[in-house]
Amino acid sequence: MSSNSQKKGFGATIWDYLTTVDHKKIAILYLISGGFFFLVGGVEAMMIRIQLMKAGNDFLSAGTYNEVLTMHGTTMIFLAAMPILLAFMNAVSPLQIGARDVAFPFLNSLGFWLFFFGGIFLNLSWFLGGAPDAGWTNYASLALASEGHGIDFYSLGLTISGFGTLIAGINFLVTIINMRAPGMTYMRMPLFTWTTFVASALILLAFPPLTVGIFFMVFDRLFGANFFDVTMGGNTIIWEHFFWIFGHPEVYILILPAFGIFSEIFAIFSRKRLFGYTALVFATILIGFYGFMVWAHHMFTVGLGPTANAVFALATMIIAVPTGIKIFNWLLTIWGGNISFTVPMIYAVAFIPSFVAGGVTGVMQAIAPLDYQLHDSYFIVAHFHYVIVGGVVLAILAGTHLYWPKMFGTMLSEKLGKWTFWFFFIGFHLTFFIQHFLGLMGMPRRVYTFGADQGWDLFNAISSAGALLMAIGVIILLVNVVMTVVKGERVGNDPWGDGRTLEWAIPSPPPFYNFAQTPLVRGLDPYWIEKMEGNKEGMVYAEPLGDIHMPNGSFIPFVISLGMFIAAFGAMYHTDGHAWALPVLIGGLAITFGSMLVRSLKDDLGFHVTKEELIADNERIQREARALEGGKKGGLK
Amino acid sequence: MAHDTHDIHRSRAEFEFIKRKRATEMRGQLTSFAMMIFLTLIAFTVVAADFSNYLIVPIILLLAAIQVVLQLYNFMHMSNKGHGMMAFFMFSGIFVAFTIVLTMVTIVWW
Repeated sequence: MSSNSQKKGFGATIWDYLTTVDHKKIAILYLISGGFFFLVGGVEAMMIRIQLMKAGNDFLSAGTYNEVLTMHGTTMIFLAAMPILLAFMNAVSPLQIGARDVAFPFLNSLGFWLFFFGGIFLNLSWFLGGAPDAGWTNYASLALASEGHGIDFYSLGLTISGFGTLIAGINFLVTIINMRAPGMTYMRMPLFTWTTFVASALILLAFPPLTVGIFFMVFDRLFGANFFDVTMGGNTIIWEHFFWIFGHPEVYILILPAFGIFSEIFAIFSRKRLFGYTALVFATILIGFYGFMVWAHHMFTVGLGPTANAVFALATMIIAVPTGIKIFNWLLTIWGGNISFTVPMIYAVAFIPSFVAGGVTGVMQAIAPLDYQLHDSYFIVAHFHYVIVGGVVLAILAGTHLYWPKMFGTMLSEKLGKWTFWFFFIGFHLTFFIQHFLGLMGMPRRVYTFGADQGWDLFNAISSAGALLMAIGVIILLVNVVMTVVKGERVGNDPWGDGRTLEWAIPSPPPFYNFAQTPLVRGLDPYWIEKMEGNKEGMVYAEPLGDIHMPNGSFIPFVISLGMFIAAFGAMYHTDGHAWALPVLIGGLAITFGSMLVRSLKDDLGFHVTKEELIADNERIQREARALEGGKKGGLK
Repeated sequence: MAHDTHDIHRSRAEFEFIKRKRATEMRGQLTSFAMMIFLTLIAFTVVAADFSNYLIVPIILLLAAIQVVLQLYNFMHMSNKGHGMMAFFMFSGIFVAFTIVLTMVTIVWW
């Protein structure tokens, strides 16, 4: 177990990833599975746009359209955007704070596998009698009336993957509080780590309401409870509250790490310290706090009364203030900087106007009387795609380019990256800008078709054409990934040449123990400080070279998650009166709790990497770095 | 290594300081213990005196909240150093839960 450079067979590699507890490998798992679900959600989006490209289209039936629409939203939010962001959090934030791994490596792996099996369970609904069809918000009146098992796939699948996300959030909180290197005070933490921290806090506080809501839903649908059934004395509005108490922080869980990635990019490629670092940190915390006080702005038309609407309208408008602070700080970071327009930087620069456009329509909707006009129209669809695609997806694409070398040790092609950018960016605005006007013209969201006499034909056709451009952009990105992997040209520690934070001071990809010696942090942007002082090693050390204690890999997280996956099938089919359902439910839970028991009873104390192994490994790293210097120079310059 | 042991050598002054600090802490614990018993007495009295339920319930809830704070700070060491982050997250959680309950009570069930 000394070196991660030795060549392994295919089977051994698969086994390695199934049992890994290394945050860098878990990051790769998150990226691959999140990327896969991103493609699935993208195909669903294309089906929606094909169906709506002309009046009276019959590409999808009304029922199938509802399923595709629901699965597009659910997949993109829960199974694509969040996991890909978790991939970057896993890959980067332990490195940024100078840690050797996250606080609970075993739980990190468990979190991934729970998410993975939850996502697979949800998507199996396509092959097992129909997907959920009540929208990603799954409003109770609609969901309780839905026939078949679609909604059960939704509620059980999201329960499982929700556990995973909650575990991941807690893990990052503990990691960032406890495992910062000496000298890494809170106010020296890179902004991506800060946003990871606040997003994790939001996960911790926002996922329990979702879990409670979904539990009620499961009990209503599968076990005869009546939490949401109005005819039996329940209240259907309670679901909406629970969903949005979770749902609004959820959009901040997505956008905050995106802000973090862009903050890193602006500083790196403007070759300047972040302008207003302190203000950016406090704006992040404020956004996190306000995120919990605004959920009812999704429910203005429910009939909460003028007082409640006014309170939530005002609270919503306040959020524009910290967000505005961030925008201006980024602009002032670029201002007077020595800017290089690499692919990540282009995404970052394009993000500002796109996201501001989404923010402005957001403040419009915060005005409750106006929201009565806009509610459930395409204006809303345009708004949230502007913030999520214009904010989160651009950040994901930018982050993929920025952190690819750190995760895989190779560099994505800048040329193809720029092609991806232009196709995606133009396609994005073409698709969604015009939807504002479709909404103002009266087109309701979630309709599967429209009439030729309604005057929406041209704008819908334009919108569909834009979606095609976005698809081309994503396909170019895939080509880029394949070409980069095939070429396999290695790069050095700091391939962008201007890295500022600790992750750029160590090899790409880093050795499995990250830091042979824990670094000593002497200020904000520690790597930049060392570089400016001419320190060739890029770090000063807080400890002498010594043995390192590392955790062992484990197959148990996979088994725990598999047990939940099996149990979910039992719970779902139990209502149909199948005799095998109850044993499956019990058996699945037995697997889960049995493997937890094994984990508790069997001591696993990990292993030590000895000083000699570290020295040998360091010589190998030096040798490879020299070979890189001698040969063709990798990286940007 | 994980199994390092540390021998702690304290000077006379340090020893006195720690002793004094522990005495203060002990006094705090005894005071709050007395207060807690007193609060419990009030709770029982309120019920025994047969006040209106609309008075009893809020009073008992208030007393319970005070008890929790006393318990956390004087017995569960939240007043000691290094508990800032924990306090922050506890109060955030309480704040979120309170907002949810408040909303449910005011605009769903009222």
